[in-house]
Amino acid sequence: MQLVLEKRAERSGTIALVSPLIAIGLTIVTMTILFAILGKNPLLALHAYFIAPLTDGYSLQEIAVKATPLVMIAIGLSLCYLANAWNIGAEGQFLIGAVAGSWIAVKTQGTDAGAWVLPAMLVLAAAAGALYALIPAICKVKFGASEILTSLMLVYVADLFLDYLVRGPWRDPHGFNFPTTAEFDPVATVPLLIEGGRLHLGSIIALLVVAAAAILLGRTIKGFEIRVVGAAPRAARFGGFNANQLIILTFAVSGALAGLAGIIEVAGPVGHLQPGISPGYGFTAIIVAFLGRLNPLGILIAGLFLALTFIGGEQAQIAMKIPLDVTKVFQGILLFYVLACDSLILYRFKLVFPNRQVARGTH
Amino acid sequence: MELIEAIVLAVLAASTPLLIAATGELVTERSGVLNLGVEGMMIVGAACGFGGAWLTGSILVGALFGIVAGTLMSLVFALMALGLAVNQVATGLALTILGIGLSGLIGAGFVGERITPAVHLYIPGLTDMPLIGRVLFGEDGFVYFSVALIVGVWWFLYRTRAGLILRACGDNHVSAHALGYPVLRIRTFAVMFGGACAGLAGAYLPLAYTPFFIPGMTAGRGWIALALVVFASWRPGRLVVGAYLFGAVTILQLHAQGWGVGIPSQFMSALPYLATVIVLVLLSRARTGGSTAPAALGTVFVPDR
Repeated sequence: MQLVLEKRAERSGTIALVSPLIAIGLTIVTMTILFAILGKNPLLALHAYFIAPLTDGYSLQEIAVKATPLVMIAIGLSLCYLANAWNIGAEGQFLIGAVAGSWIAVKTQGTDAGAWVLPAMLVLAAAAGALYALIPAICKVKFGASEILTSLMLVYVADLFLDYLVRGPWRDPHGFNFPTTAEFDPVATVPLLIEGGRLHLGSIIALLVVAAAAILLGRTIKGFEIRVVGAAPRAARFGGFNANQLIILTFAVSGALAGLAGIIEVAGPVGHLQPGISPGYGFTAIIVAFLGRLNPLGILIAGLFLALTFIGGEQAQIAMKIPLDVTKVFQGILLFYVLACDSLILYRFKLVFPNRQVARGTH
Repeated sequence: MELIEAIVLAVLAASTPLLIAATGELVTERSGVLNLGVEGMMIVGAACGFGGAWLTGSILVGALFGIVAGTLMSLVFALMALGLAVNQVATGLALTILGIGLSGLIGAGFVGERITPAVHLYIPGLTDMPLIGRVLFGEDGFVYFSVALIVGVWWFLYRTRAGLILRACGDNHVSAHALGYPVLRIRTFAVMFGGACAGLAGAYLPLAYTPFFIPGMTAGRGWIALALVVFASWRPGRLVVGAYLFGAVTILQLHAQGWGVGIPSQFMSALPYLATVIVLVLLSRARTGGSTAPAALGTVFVPDR
């Protein structure tokens, strides 16, 4: 008797709907075991992770703030992945966007520059992110170089470039030698939605991005082309769709969104440019994209859920001294379960009895 | 002269983890599986390897811990990518994300601790020879092992029947299956070998390169190892050249920083990564006449019964 995988005649709609929920359930079971191994009370730990952040207004706002970059980046990545283009360097595009936008903020610091500063920062950040993402895309289309490896290598380059700027030319002269720029002027800061709160305009932009992506994928020819090129490359070629052009397009869009997320993070919650502005948003967004099934609405929900794990992780660290790395382990395990459950949409398990099978084969 | 000797020694030390990890990945990819989780397996290997050596005081035990940890990580990948036919790119990314978290968790207990690094070979007379003595007869065990490993892999792939079958799985899994070879089982072994090598390569860093563990100490070496396999056109001989070239780039930028060249250190540190991008572009461009990659690389295989 043997357990084997068998292709379903057609994809299972039921499993497609419930698979993210099964994945989350399995992850929570696994985390319970992990907490027990770490010698923490699993129930208290799970409460700190998933319930406590939902019970006070400050944490709820903080979840929305953390979800903002995750959702924006993941929407861009989902377009790439749908078109079968593997941009895994969103972290680098996020950092380059943050750097490019900060350039305007740093150069206009202390001047009487007007309300044009923030919009200019956003536009420049998006443009820089798009250009940075175009490097691996063009290397792929023109020379056939693996976009996975090139886009990832550029993350390290972007990280070092940011590090150079805040330790060198852009360092705040009054910053006690800390590697950071001066606090941005009010005109270079993303406005808050509620005075004294945490929620800022970036969350609205993220919602607009989700809506735009839903329209693009559901209502336009371009969106259709993206999905066909990824799902059925042969059919796409017969249809005359240009796969290379779509790689360029999806990389540029995802780079622009990552860059925009970068400057919103810096000009919003952080307030200045410094190393470590991202706790790995660019990589966590990959999980968000898959957990959200590469669907804009799904990504919005998945982004909020993963933001919850960031906030819950911080609270669990403060309250129960659970190491922050547990959050990363959680996110990694979640991605595994999501991918495994997704496999059951296309395949199902079947018990086979080798002896009987041989008999059948001789007919 | 002493400086040249020191540079060659440093290049060999910097190249060894790249060579070991890339050798494992080469075998994995030759069987048709693209495991992008090398970085994750390496960093867990580093944490477990250091833990093993720190607890027992033995470098050998540390190395074994690294190998076992890398193999276990690769088994998770095999279960997903081979057992459940999940997209290999996504699974590999998941493995890296998981590995970075796990290594932080495992390594938290001994950040800041130090161990005695792996001893270097010393043969009186031979090791004392000027210039080549220490390079040839004064390395640590890992360096010699890495050379033996790549020679062994070359011999296995091109001189044994099992190696031929493994390559057949990588080039055409349908034919290999039709001939009666257990494609998925062969691929699982190849993935495990890749994991063992990645774990050992990771363990090399805290056991021989620097005698302590810091989170994230692999610093993208796993990804560079993946690029090296492409650089090598999936051939063991070229892999050696590639690994030592990349080691040389790493060391030269370090020395350039030391010599006070008027370039900011961050730009020099970015060199290995930029070099990887440039090399990938140049090589892929030169290869327009047809790919040398295993034909079935990265494709899902579900045997029909």
